[in-house]
Amino acid sequence: MKVKQISVFLENRKGRLYEVLNVLATEKINIRALSIADTADFGILRLIVPDPDAAKKVLEKGGFTVKENNVIAIEVPDRPGGLSFVLKALQDCDINVEYLYAFVAKSQKDAIVVIRTENNDGALKALKHGEVKVLTPEELYGL
Amino acid sequence: MKKAAKENSMIWNKQAECMPAGERRSLQLARLKAAVKRTCDAVPFYRKRFGDAKIKPDDIKTLDDIRRIPFITKAELREGYPFNMFAVPMEKIVEVHTSSGTTGKPVVTGYTRNDIDLWSEVMARALSMAGATEKSIIQNCYGYGLFTGGLGVHYGAHRIGSTVVPISAGNTKRQIDIMLDFQTTIIACTPSYALYLAEVAEEQGIDLKKLSLKAGCFGAEMWTEQIRTEIEKRFHILALNIYGLTEIIGPGVAHECPEKCGLHIFEDHFYPEIISPETLELLPEGEKGELVLSTLTREGIPMLRFRTRDITALHREPCACGRTLVRMERITGRSDDMLKIRGVLVFPYQIEKALLEMKGIEPHYQIIVTREHHLDEIEVQVEMSKKLFSDEIRKIEELRRKIEKKIEEAIGLRAKVLLVEPKSLPRSEGKAKRVVDKRQL
Repeated sequence: MKVKQISVFLENRKGRLYEVLNVLATEKINIRALSIADTADFGILRLIVPDPDAAKKVLEKGGFTVKENNVIAIEVPDRPGGLSFVLKALQDCDINVEYLYAFVAKSQKDAIVVIRTENNDGALKALKHGEVKVLTPEELYGL
Repeated sequence: MKKAAKENSMIWNKQAECMPAGERRSLQLARLKAAVKRTCDAVPFYRKRFGDAKIKPDDIKTLDDIRRIPFITKAELREGYPFNMFAVPMEKIVEVHTSSGTTGKPVVTGYTRNDIDLWSEVMARALSMAGATEKSIIQNCYGYGLFTGGLGVHYGAHRIGSTVVPISAGNTKRQIDIMLDFQTTIIACTPSYALYLAEVAEEQGIDLKKLSLKAGCFGAEMWTEQIRTEIEKRFHILALNIYGLTEIIGPGVAHECPEKCGLHIFEDHFYPEIISPETLELLPEGEKGELVLSTLTREGIPMLRFRTRDITALHREPCACGRTLVRMERITGRSDDMLKIRGVLVFPYQIEKALLEMKGIEPHYQIIVTREHHLDEIEVQVEMSKKLFSDEIRKIEELRRKIEKKIEEAIGLRAKVLLVEPKSLPRSEGKAKRVVDKRQL
């Protein structure tokens, strides 16, 4: 099951991250998870929100460059070796991970990891084969 | 005779516009000699100039001798504000116009009765290229007033006998109503205003294809082939390029014929040369450089070797339209924008062209030049577009390197590309600041 992620282009400029978050706050859009990838010149803010289409709309209206794409959210046992077990499943199927980020939900025993690969369908198959728990969008947003 | 020529080919003045090259050169030389003499006799500035350069009007014996005459610049013209550069007494001046004066005191140009006659003639030639006849309805959206655009087109339309609608600039809603109700066939305005008109008309639900419009004379600002294509597609018209400048006469120095292979300069009245803006040497035909113009017949304010700062190239191969007039390329830049980076000449248009060749990139950019450790560095800021954005750093970095490579191919120098957010750079309307030179030289 794939999950929609919103990415926002951020110029390396004071207060720019605040402006994005402020737009979302004003529109009462809650953020489930986020990560920032940064280089010397620019950054990419990646967000998981319950209503990605609405978030994209308000951000675009606010003048931001936004892209929507699919990622995979999985449950990883909150113990040493939890994540390496997952990655092993992907590596065995020769699937490259572009990036990933993790978060822990209050109501949840396990950690949640968001993974972006070049081949999401192949990754889903590999994860299923490796008996990794993949979250549906509803499960993810409901956390 | 003029009437027959019009019906046959829409060449307004076949005798002048299709004159054999040799014959024209003789005419130019005779006119140049007279212009030099007249100017030196009447204008102290030129007299002193010639004296300083140790030349006399009689030294101009061939057209090539024009090179001995020193250049004149806009700054020098300004010093003559308001009427010191005039070559006739004020009672002979029947009209004055000025440049916009955005960079200081405006340049004032004065017209004698014969100058107005000359202006009408060259503008009649220009409008005829766009197909204007007695039957045409010309909507003139260039501003009337001190700006030369409005009245220049007006006089040309009168000379032809077209119906001119002197609506002037602005009031877009009324422009569209008039265009519909009067069944305008030719429009004269800036290319950016044409696109704005199209946008507003479309918003009002007007089908632009249903207009009677057949052609447009667009100028008074720099534009591109892409903009031409867009205007032609949206209005279903022939979009032609008009060129002129206040210092020479106003609009009507050159105009494109429907072959669209450059603008024919009315060189029996305005003598063109191309020089290197750096060495000031004359450049061979076809090479890009700064356009220098001399007026051959103007009386009010003659101009000898005026540096226009406009970058173009001249071509003399025969044009399919039958005119033998030299053609100038579309203006692609200003020599004032020219940058010298690590000894290499760079024009912003080279970078713009490279960017436009890449799909998905908006042509909004800014060039920042700095000097660090005695070495010039050039940074090009390019706006990220929705189409090019990716959630992966790797892909954006790839894009950045691709743009850098493209620019390097265009200018022969490595430039650092910085991707910035959309709409964060100044827009090209008006006088956009494309170059920020931070070097302390």
